Amino acid sequence: MSEIVEQTQLPPSGPEVNVNQEEKTVSPWVDVWRRFRKNKAALFGAVLVSFFILLAILADLIAPYGFKETALENKHLPPSSDHWFGTDEFGRDIFSRVVYGARISLWVGFISVAGSVIVGSSLGIIAGYYGRWVDTIISRLFDILLAFPSILLAIAVVAMLGPSLQNALIAIAIINVPTFGRLVRSKVLTVKEEEYITAAKAIGMKDSRILLHHVLPNSLAPIIVQGTLAIATAIIEAAALGFLGMGAQPPTPEWGKMLADSKDFIMQAPWTVFFPGIAIMLTVLGFNLMGDGLRDALDPRMRN
Amino acid sequence: MFAYTIRRLSMLVPVLLGMTLIVFSLIHAIPGSPAQILLGQQASPEAVAALTKEMGLDRPLYIQFVDYLKNLITGDLGESFRTRSPISEEIWPYLAATIELALFAMIIAVIVGVNAGIISAWFQNSWFDYLLMVLALVGVSMPIFWLGLMEQYVFSIKLDLLPTTGRDNIRDPVTAITHLYLLDTLLQGRVDQFFEVIRHLILPGVALATIPMAIIARITRSSMLEVMRSDYIRTARAKGMSMLKVVYKHSLRNAFIPILTIIGLQTGLLLGGAILTETIFGWPGIGNYIYSAIQFRDYPVIQSGILVVAAIFVCINLIVDLLYAAIDPRIKYR
Repeated sequence: MSEIVEQTQLPPSGPEVNVNQEEKTVSPWVDVWRRFRKNKAALFGAVLVSFFILLAILADLIAPYGFKETALENKHLPPSSDHWFGTDEFGRDIFSRVVYGARISLWVGFISVAGSVIVGSSLGIIAGYYGRWVDTIISRLFDILLAFPSILLAIAVVAMLGPSLQNALIAIAIINVPTFGRLVRSKVLTVKEEEYITAAKAIGMKDSRILLHHVLPNSLAPIIVQGTLAIATAIIEAAALGFLGMGAQPPTPEWGKMLADSKDFIMQAPWTVFFPGIAIMLTVLGFNLMGDGLRDALDPRMRN
Repeated sequence: MFAYTIRRLSMLVPVLLGMTLIVFSLIHAIPGSPAQILLGQQASPEAVAALTKEMGLDRPLYIQFVDYLKNLITGDLGESFRTRSPISEEIWPYLAATIELALFAMIIAVIVGVNAGIISAWFQNSWFDYLLMVLALVGVSMPIFWLGLMEQYVFSIKLDLLPTTGRDNIRDPVTAITHLYLLDTLLQGRVDQFFEVIRHLILPGVALATIPMAIIARITRSSMLEVMRSDYIRTARAKGMSMLKVVYKHSLRNAFIPILTIIGLQTGLLLGGAILTETIFGWPGIGNYIYSAIQFRDYPVIQSGILVVAAIFVCINLIVDLLYAAIDPRIKYR
């Protein structure tokens, strides 16, 4: 039994699981990809996300100017062939800054969510597997953290740590911990009762090995879905903290900070406000669409 | 139901206590001495030490926490560093401004969201349905502070239709009684001012309403689709009941549980979102109160402000939970 469960987690090239002898069987991940591919909205989301990832990676090649390259004589130029998105109050090229901004937003999104996933699932596994008072303490902690409006908690954390991009990232990671913690905990509680766990215990498998090889892989699908959606909110939250002056500091081209800096010039130079916002919206939209698509593709109840 | 209410209320205590502990710890972990901030950088170390002692900040943290708790129970939220007046006295006008804005936004979100969701479900797979779902997706992906700025640009600066900032006309300010301006203007019979307040509410209200509106529309659509496929709806139609009546009387009532959950959750998020909306629209609400407290490092205000908002959030969720029973008799409480 345990062998089969392990195999389902192998990449597409791995040995296949024979569930149905008559049909040609494929790895579950190939199956997921097939369903994901059929979903046009999800594909569009994936394209948007890939586009911004490429933008972030190739920023040095794509951006025509440096992100802190000032030229005061070019102050507040409207969009033109030289400056696609116009220039800001220091004559910096907004297109270049938006391109470099992709690096920051995606970095914050990925790293903060990775942090929440690691901390959240560790706590969730411990709570779910060991139960009793450990579970009570951890679950209450999650309840309390979830009882805060998330942006407020983030603000309180940044107030303590001091405003910087890194501290905003930590704050965002903290507020997402209980989401993943609860998710993994509930998954552990259901998996724990499965027969193959009893079997694994019977053949003398250690707790740590059971957790790592059986329990964790079973939580993978919901974590991927929730993680993708959490990146979307993390990007918005980072921008919100930046906008409030509690995140990235100048001259970092963080999208939210760019909005905050240019909002006073909205009358003379509306483009300074327009483009960073569009960038945030499209990135977040991409992750949201992809997350929804992944949920449909990974949810076993939707299978035919 | 009564026993359930009591049990839920008693569960509130540990959560509120935990929240207080977390916020208290965060604020007290901020490096730097509050006395130093109050007295300024030039103050002598002796003066700082004396003030620290006077404020009771030299005592062990757990004693300070117990003291803070005691004060909270008696309704004492501490004293603002900046204005030197009790927070419990100065917080209400800000809170009222936020409540008015949040309620206004929620009303927009519910009316537009629920009806859009119903029409979408009714004409499933029509162009309206597709358009609405696309708009809903864009809506949840929109940073509201950006939306607010765009609104200001289009409706205030370009079209000159609505005011950009504030709650009332500065040349004809509302005389505050309850600080809920819509109520105050009506109490004073000032209908002109009432509409002026509405005009000020529209832009921030719509910005704040966007995300909940989109989410409510999506949830309404999916739960309506589920309900409308059920047998008793078909029976009602077969008996000759009009579609309009079936939708608004039978389906909506049954689809309301998930919608209510979302409304409850969103009201809490509105309070958080209000911070961003308020900074853009110069709305003198609790978000602005906390935000300016952060600028001035006014720790008691940050601490109590966050706690008050969080406590309201928790209470709203409790009320939503209790409302379930009133709407859906199928829900049984142990």
